[in-house]
Amino acid sequence: MTGRGLKTLSIATVVFLMVGFALVFLWVPMDADQGFKQKIFYLHVPLAIVALLGFVAGGIEGYRHLKSGDRRHDANSYVFIHISVTFGVAVLITGAIWAKASWGYWWVWDEPTLVSFLIVFLLYCTYYPFRYAIEDRDRQARYASVFAITAGAFVPLNFMAVRMSESVIHPRVFATSEGGLPDSMLFTFLVCFIGIGLLWLTLVKTEMVGKKVSGQVSYLRRKLHDDGAGGSVGGRIAPSVEAK
Amino acid sequence: MALLGKDLRTEFRTMRSLPAMVLFAVTTFIIFRYGLDRTTLSGSLAGGVLWTTLLFAAILGINRIFVSELEEGGFDAIRLAPVDRTVLFTSKVAALFIYLAVLQLIVVPVFAVFFLSDWSSLVPLVAVLVGANLGFSVLGTLISSMAVNSRARDLLVPLLLLPLVVPLMIATTAASAGLFDAAGPDYEGFGTWLLVVGLYDGVFLLVGYAVFDFLLED
Repeated sequence: MTGRGLKTLSIATVVFLMVGFALVFLWVPMDADQGFKQKIFYLHVPLAIVALLGFVAGGIEGYRHLKSGDRRHDANSYVFIHISVTFGVAVLITGAIWAKASWGYWWVWDEPTLVSFLIVFLLYCTYYPFRYAIEDRDRQARYASVFAITAGAFVPLNFMAVRMSESVIHPRVFATSEGGLPDSMLFTFLVCFIGIGLLWLTLVKTEMVGKKVSGQVSYLRRKLHDDGAGGSVGGRIAPSVEAK
Repeated sequence: MALLGKDLRTEFRTMRSLPAMVLFAVTTFIIFRYGLDRTTLSGSLAGGVLWTTLLFAAILGINRIFVSELEEGGFDAIRLAPVDRTVLFTSKVAALFIYLAVLQLIVVPVFAVFFLSDWSSLVPLVAVLVGANLGFSVLGTLISSMAVNSRARDLLVPLLLLPLVVPLMIATTAASAGLFDAAGPDYEGFGTWLLVVGLYDGVFLLVGYAVFDFLLED
């Protein structure tokens, strides 16, 4: 079953992203206020939303791992968080570029979404050192799931607190982002959103396939050196899906 | 209850963390005095100095809360005992809460003597302190129990804890900034921020109860 559907998924991702960016550059009207600069919106916002959903999904998978004890859910949780952190880097970079272009600064502390995203990102960055510092495999998986759940609960709380601290003084820049968006922009946004979502799924699936393959390889290697001297291969820390 | 008593007795006999926390906090005030080059503080600056100091002092205690259990086999004893494991969670949260309360009982008056010209804000501040303590204790217990079994314990506790307490810090500093206002305590938004602190405590108390079991399994 290795990699089944991966090809279809990749093609769908490419198609959606191509159509999305074609719409962004050729069809959708210029923003009246910000002009060309606003087009990064179609990349930045979907990336951010997908990354956050990925974090929450990682928490849900962590919960399922604790409930069922099935290592597959832990691997899912790890991969979800891993890909979402990668997306997070892209979100922060595109966000900084957009901030520089429209406000003149690379970083704006008054923008709650930016700040809360940074905090969430920093929190999830600690997932790796935390996970790698625990040697026992089962304990590592369990603790990582606990982390994923705690952090998943933290995401909405953090956004609320950061937003509250600013809302008194500053109007929300995108307060009307959904309601105020013209149909053409909304449509383009949705296409881009689906494209980015599919990209996330493709990357997740690719990494899962990679883990499955390396799990099989180390299983076979263990079989070869059946005297036990082979042991586990290297000090691999990331969870792998054991082959049957 | 017995567990809590044990923790408190051990702490008061060995004085393992509390004196260090107090010393650390007082020294930090001196560093702030010269770092900021101010002799009196008010408003958000006062709130920031107080809460930063309390947070870092709390981390010192949080780091050590499970160490004695690990070194002297307390975990195994708990696992053997026919009690619910959440009892350990509750007793650790309570012990940490009491440590922090004692710390603040000493450190907050020192802070007032050092920096505040008007002490009337200290009474309403107690509400914020209690709320924040509960949050620190719950999260600290959770994080400490996660990190205690890992190789890089002392490194991981602050690394994991700091981002997680950012919302709590936002709420407590915002609530106390008004209290420390130069023109006397200002209660605008105080209730709302206190509510945020309460919500934060509630959410993580629930999360802690839900997941703590899994941290003790072996």
